[in-house]
Amino acid sequence: MIEVRDLHKAFGAVKAVDGVSFAARDGEITGLLGPNGAGKTTTLRMLYTLMRPDRGQVVIDGIDAAADPLAVRRRLGVLPDARGLYKRLSARENIDYFARLQGLDEATRRARIDALVDALDMADIAERHTEGFSQGQRVKTAIARALVHDPNNVILDEPTNGLDVMATRAMRTFMRKLRDEGRCVLFSSHIMQEVGALCDRIVVIAHGRVVADESPEALREQTGAASLEDAFVKIIGSEEGLAA
Amino acid sequence: MNPILTIFWKEVRENLRDRRTVLNTLLTGPLLAPLLFVLLINIAVTRELDKAEKPLPVPVVGAEHAPHLIAALKQAGAEIKDAPADPERAVREQDADLVLRIPATYAEAWAKGEPAQVELIYDQSQRDASASVARLRGMLEAYGQRTGVLRLVARGLSSNTIRPVVVANRDQSTAQARGGLMFSMLPYFFILGAFVGGMALAIDTTAGERERQSLEPLLVNPLGRGAILTGKLGATSAFALTSLLLSIVAFSVAGQFMPTGRLGMSLAIGPRFALLTLVAMLPLVVLLATLQTLAAAFAKSFREAQTYLSLLMFVPVIPTLLLSMFPLKTQAWMYAVPLLGQQVTLMRLLRGDVVTPAQLALCFAATALAALLAWLAATQVYRSERLAISG
Repeated sequence: MIEVRDLHKAFGAVKAVDGVSFAARDGEITGLLGPNGAGKTTTLRMLYTLMRPDRGQVVIDGIDAAADPLAVRRRLGVLPDARGLYKRLSARENIDYFARLQGLDEATRRARIDALVDALDMADIAERHTEGFSQGQRVKTAIARALVHDPNNVILDEPTNGLDVMATRAMRTFMRKLRDEGRCVLFSSHIMQEVGALCDRIVVIAHGRVVADESPEALREQTGAASLEDAFVKIIGSEEGLAA
Repeated sequence: MNPILTIFWKEVRENLRDRRTVLNTLLTGPLLAPLLFVLLINIAVTRELDKAEKPLPVPVVGAEHAPHLIAALKQAGAEIKDAPADPERAVREQDADLVLRIPATYAEAWAKGEPAQVELIYDQSQRDASASVARLRGMLEAYGQRTGVLRLVARGLSSNTIRPVVVANRDQSTAQARGGLMFSMLPYFFILGAFVGGMALAIDTTAGERERQSLEPLLVNPLGRGAILTGKLGATSAFALTSLLLSIVAFSVAGQFMPTGRLGMSLAIGPRFALLTLVAMLPLVVLLATLQTLAAAFAKSFREAQTYLSLLMFVPVIPTLLLSMFPLKTQAWMYAVPLLGQQVTLMRLLRGDVVTPAQLALCFAATALAALLAWLAATQVYRSERLAISG
């Protein structure tokens, strides 16, 4: 369960996030939708305690992120916007490094990594050095290392960015699987179809503010638009930055 | 396992797989500098000694005007040669080290008992020729003195008349100290070895990690940034220390092949020197690694970090240059200044002078304190939000 209350963050005079509140519940996929530069990544960075909000509160599973950031990070699996791997380590070594940093013992590490390699269908690349990996192989490895400690909450920043059709489909299936396991899945995207196809709930952000927080159906009904895309344009009030 | 150790071992393992880093750390840095140093000294010393023993070639203009002088020079070990057409130009263009010119007026002045002038044409800025010039000048002066004494005796006077003062030289430098003067650059080579050894990791673990976008995922793990920094610093220091150890070993071995005995010097290179050098250098290795990491942490890219570190590399040369330009008497406070303390300590060790445990402890403690302060500063930089953001 991820709760965000009245988050503010400014970089100099620019208000990147200006009063964002929403909740992402366990067993649901919540989509953070917004045009480029709307404040999605900054919001997520405050969620996983990389940045400190100027004002407002982040609560993960009842724990205040400002009070105990380490406990919060243990409960989060994060695929950030930056997803670089260590190219001189194999995929398995990359995952194992993060597993150790999460403090897992050896037996747990082996079991979790084997399970993830299986679930993400990456047995053929697990022992290879990650140098020369395709975008899809890189994202798989980055997801595996983010989830190696079996976190209840999963945050994915633009998870399908740069993936081909097959890899995107696999990613969606995997996200549904995470939801069906009862986890809280929060992901950001600027791609309409993706959000519509996946989400139980959509939080639309524009200019650093939440402009809608509904289910996809409710969003369409509320705006009276035929498609989600039209609804989106109506809500944010312009077509600027829309790259669907 | 402790997360600091996890980070330490991952950085060590990853960088050991990088051939370029390993080559730089284990070969170029530690071996090249001391070996080059020994080689150069060897060549310089051998050339110098060879010159002193070989006949000295002396191009002479107008040799026919002074047959006695020429005979005396030949006897003293000069090899008389025909002079080039334009002696001044030949010397300026380094075709000849020196040229001796005997003017036609020489014989006349000699016969009258007046000072007979000879011209010694040489180039003072040509350091290579200075030994030859000194040798020839010595021969000429000896000939002049001998002739003068003979003339006095012929007139029934004692030769002491023209020698009211006699200087006797009593050189107090030990054989080791004479060696030390020559080796004042050595501490810099050791410091450079440690610097080069840590450089690749200092960049790779900070600016490199940011450039390949792996820093943000790393920082999302549940551990403090101080711990991450400490693990990375540990790995950088370990590479720098390995580099330094190899430097010391390489020098200790290569030093045995230096022709110090032929120059009447001796160097105190042995296990004791190696051990005490290591003690003095240990906190400096950590200090340098921390400063490198700190500088690289400010850089946005690999390339930018390399620029910063190249500039930082000039800092250790400052005390070396200062001490070779102004050979100050060693004062107690010098041990308390990082870099200068190591320079002074290493020089004294090399010369075989006493370094008291208190001096060594001061050198160690002061540099360790500086390393601690640098670590605190680096921790502050690591805590900043700006550091984490890749884009």
